[in-house]
Amino acid sequence: MAAAEKQPVTGAGPFNGLLTWIDQRFPLVQLWREHLAEYYAPKNFNFWYYFGSLALLVLVLQIVTGIFLTMHYKPDATQAFASVEYIMRDVPGGWLIRYLHSTGASAFFIVVYLHMFRGMLYGSYRQPRELIWIFGMLIYLSLMAEAFFGYLLPWGQMSYWGAQVIVNLFDAIPLIGPDLALWIRGDYVVSDATLNRFFSFHVIAIPLLLLGLVAAHIMALHEVGSNNPDGVEIKKTIDPRTGHPVDGIPFHPYYTVKDTLGAVVFLIVFCAIMFFLPEFGGYFLEYNNFIPADPLKTPPHIAPVWYFTPYYSILRAATENFMWVLAAGLIGYSILLVAAVKSNGARIAIVATGVVLLIGFFTIEPKVWGVALMGAAVLAFFGLPWLDQSPVKSIRYKGPLVKGALALFVVAFVILGYLGTVTVTEGRTLMAQVCTLIYFAFFLLMPWYTRMDRTRPEPARVTWQGAH
Amino acid sequence: MADKELDAGKRRFLIAATSVAGGIATVATAVPLVASMLPSERAKAAGAPVEADIGKLAPGEMTRVEWRGKPVWVVRRTPEMLESVKQSSGRVADPRSERKKELTPEYARNELRSIKPEYLIVVGICTHLGCSPVDKFKAQAEPFESDWKGGFYCPCHGSLFDLAGRVYKNKPAPDNLEVPPHTYLSDTRIRIGEDSKGA
Repeated sequence: MAAAEKQPVTGAGPFNGLLTWIDQRFPLVQLWREHLAEYYAPKNFNFWYYFGSLALLVLVLQIVTGIFLTMHYKPDATQAFASVEYIMRDVPGGWLIRYLHSTGASAFFIVVYLHMFRGMLYGSYRQPRELIWIFGMLIYLSLMAEAFFGYLLPWGQMSYWGAQVIVNLFDAIPLIGPDLALWIRGDYVVSDATLNRFFSFHVIAIPLLLLGLVAAHIMALHEVGSNNPDGVEIKKTIDPRTGHPVDGIPFHPYYTVKDTLGAVVFLIVFCAIMFFLPEFGGYFLEYNNFIPADPLKTPPHIAPVWYFTPYYSILRAATENFMWVLAAGLIGYSILLVAAVKSNGARIAIVATGVVLLIGFFTIEPKVWGVALMGAAVLAFFGLPWLDQSPVKSIRYKGPLVKGALALFVVAFVILGYLGTVTVTEGRTLMAQVCTLIYFAFFLLMPWYTRMDRTRPEPARVTWQGAH
Repeated sequence: MADKELDAGKRRFLIAATSVAGGIATVATAVPLVASMLPSERAKAAGAPVEADIGKLAPGEMTRVEWRGKPVWVVRRTPEMLESVKQSSGRVADPRSERKKELTPEYARNELRSIKPEYLIVVGICTHLGCSPVDKFKAQAEPFESDWKGGFYCPCHGSLFDLAGRVYKNKPAPDNLEVPPHTYLSDTRIRIGEDSKGA
């Protein structure tokens, strides 16, 4: 039926016949056009736009190296540590595959954090791209799960105690917590049963989920079109002769070439780290993880891998005294909300929620609130499309309030990240608490400061100096 | 098909009925899968009591015994260490272990949290997030506490415990260290994991 109406494929020389045969049975040309040759992307992409394609590159790298590591690794508590050392010493080129995978894990988070920051800079989460952002956040959550499950597999001291701490986070949930933690571990302590199931999650369950989410992320992106550093919709200005956006250029060949350059530069840096600094001073591979897991002894200094440390610091910030600060913040925020909403029903709901939380702050132990804060810190990103009320999308046209808030947030995030790698002292706990407040204020106060901000008008079309 | 008018109500009912039946079948299929992740019979059987010889322990020394995959510490406390427990009573959150009674068997629900004052027997797992605290028995200024009387320090999140395993106030850990059920078989032998018969 449809096949008869399709034009034969041209421009592929000796392959025209074969491709026509395939195209009559599979939407080959349609996919090629919609996602590459006729996907019109804004012409003003800058440096920040490398990280999406780089994330895809690292995903492929992790899957490919993972397949080969699985051929030699043994998910058994008595053999796991030794099998990783076997890969490092005896498997031909095993050290290379393992370091590609372990460096790739950190590279994945670097690239994803920069990709997320790009979205925050240019308002890429704003209407109509809310779902792209949500799929992206789900990818980020899956990635955290993937990294966490994978980190147990070498069965070193950090693997073991890291898993112990994270699984015990679930233990803190009131009522169902202890049973939930038991169910996750499959034993009363982190043991062989835990290792075996984490292996299953790491090599099959989460990767499948990740691939599906990445497909959804890209499909949603190609449905609405890419944002750009100006935050201006290129679809608003269509060339009447071609029917394509005036400021758009086909993804292929323009951005495939640009992204290839990005990939080359990235791989140079990546390989330099992978060959010469694979442990990265204990940040990518922690030194304590070269000691086999010992359930009887926690290493004197334990910290998660760097990409989890900001949240880990927030977890540690919840002490008994900090609950008073949280309570004060909650009361202040409730007053702000009550003043802002119009309906009485909403006001009653806000006050009721506030009172319940307030009672909870002082009846449920701070440990539970530490876990809740940590969870809220990750989930807060989901709210960005609705919290940001600025009339403009891009940071280029936003005013000093938003720029200041974003800068402050980045500083707080980095400090929290640093504090999570070191041991606690009173001064550091205080600093973590201040940064935690800044972190949450950035999100919770966003509807107000983005509206109060002094913005500049967006241009009608993207700004771009195309000269050469 | 074309000449008969579509009964929309009937169709809606059939779609709803099929969805409900399919949903129930999906949930029923998930039950055995989810249940398979619970501790196996083998894991449940592995929780047998263990015995330990504490006769060789010198005053001020500590030994670790594995029970249910967890470290159990046995500390033979010196008179000075016992004195430090009394001194720290004002600084701990729950001096008489009354907050969560299941963590402390009745025979250890006292200031020293032990059957015999000399021996402290606790599970060496922090009640915060399950790290194993480090022994810092010497009373001296420490980076985490300038007026340190000796006890245990959890490296993960900075909780402090005194020499009776009682948690300091305003620390992330909510409870004192668990005292496992235990009994003295003789002066130098203990059995961990079981209360004394008839007690």
